[in-house]
Amino acid sequence: MNLLYLFLEFFKIGLFTFGGGYAMIPLIRETVLKYNWISETEFYDLIGVCESTPGPIAVNMATFIGASQGGFGGSLLATLGVVLPSFIVIIIVALILDKFIQNKYVKQFMKGVKPVVASLIISSGLLLIAKNLGYVNMTTFNFSSRGAILLACVIGIYFLYKLIFKKKMNTILLIIISAGLGLLVCFYIP
Amino acid sequence: MKELLELFYVFLKLGLFTFGGGYAMIANIEDQVVNRKKWITQDEMVEIIAIAESTPGPIAINMATYIGFKRKKFLGALFATLGVVLPSLIIIYLISLFYDNFSSNQYFQWAFIGVKACVGFLIIKAGINLVIKMDKKFYPFFVLVVVISLMIVFELFNISFSSVYLILIGGSIEVLALLVVNLYNKKKESEPKLKEEEGQIIDNNDNKDKKEDQK
Repeated sequence: MNLLYLFLEFFKIGLFTFGGGYAMIPLIRETVLKYNWISETEFYDLIGVCESTPGPIAVNMATFIGASQGGFGGSLLATLGVVLPSFIVIIIVALILDKFIQNKYVKQFMKGVKPVVASLIISSGLLLIAKNLGYVNMTTFNFSSRGAILLACVIGIYFLYKLIFKKKMNTILLIIISAGLGLLVCFYIP
Repeated sequence: MKELLELFYVFLKLGLFTFGGGYAMIANIEDQVVNRKKWITQDEMVEIIAIAESTPGPIAINMATYIGFKRKKFLGALFATLGVVLPSLIIIYLISLFYDNFSSNQYFQWAFIGVKACVGFLIIKAGINLVIKMDKKFYPFFVLVVVISLMIVFELFNISFSSVYLILIGGSIEVLALLVVNLYNKKKESEPKLKEEEGQIIDNNDNKDKKEDQK
């Protein structure tokens, strides 16, 4: 039964997320918390893992969450769920391509979706940062100096790299450096 | 059959060697499929990117399915999509097997406190990149403020409201606005002379009014 939900929820995520990987993060977060598939901490760890392994982030996350619920079968079902809507929609679009792309209502719909997706991504980023800094809920905030120092370091390193090398830093490199910084900061600040 | 296997192999390579998801994938697909294999032209590639972005789902999957379908119809789509998904499925499944052993380790947890700080930054960065690409008009930024405020309120007061609805509402408002404008223009057309230019101006004003009404 759980496996069926796994498939259906990821199918829904695949069907309603426009704009790829990061746009899926808010929806996947809502879903895993609703069903208690993995904890919120694990979820954010997972984003780090999925960013630094090859392949589309959405597929990586579906595979991992699926595995946590039902082993390899779970992985397979969750991945199938997230891929299937794309597969079906694209084949339909390929068959009636011109009409779809020219359709002004489709264009208009996408125009309306874009700012919403951007807001959802930014909100989920803000929430994670707030949590890193010690936000628990409306009445509780335990300021974390570790979190603040790490955030400052990550932002500092990213922009310093950009300033010195005149190009954007590779995401995987930034994640690896952050992991090292995490070890260092947590070692010195109890 | 040979071509199907080739599709599978090329997309398998793309799935295996592309880090960082969708947008990193676009550059790699261009290199492999347009420059090397010459399966599609540059113009078609631009078209495919537009389609992949305006259909739901991961961009990499959309592109693989579309290119596969163009080459070899349904089976082509199947092989290309399988190719791009398979490396993720195998690698992440293997990681998930060992993940529980790692996750109780203290050093692992420390490292991931650092990773989490980085992920927060990366997510915000991805969001801001989208904002930069948005139309520089009042309405999209208005939506931005409203939706972010809503999400903060939802979080603070523990309200569960699926983001799917926000996405659908956002898209529908624009479509609705267009329908209203069309209706308005049709009425205008019965009166001669006032066509294109007037329509444009009305379009803008009407859009704004509509949104305020919706609120």
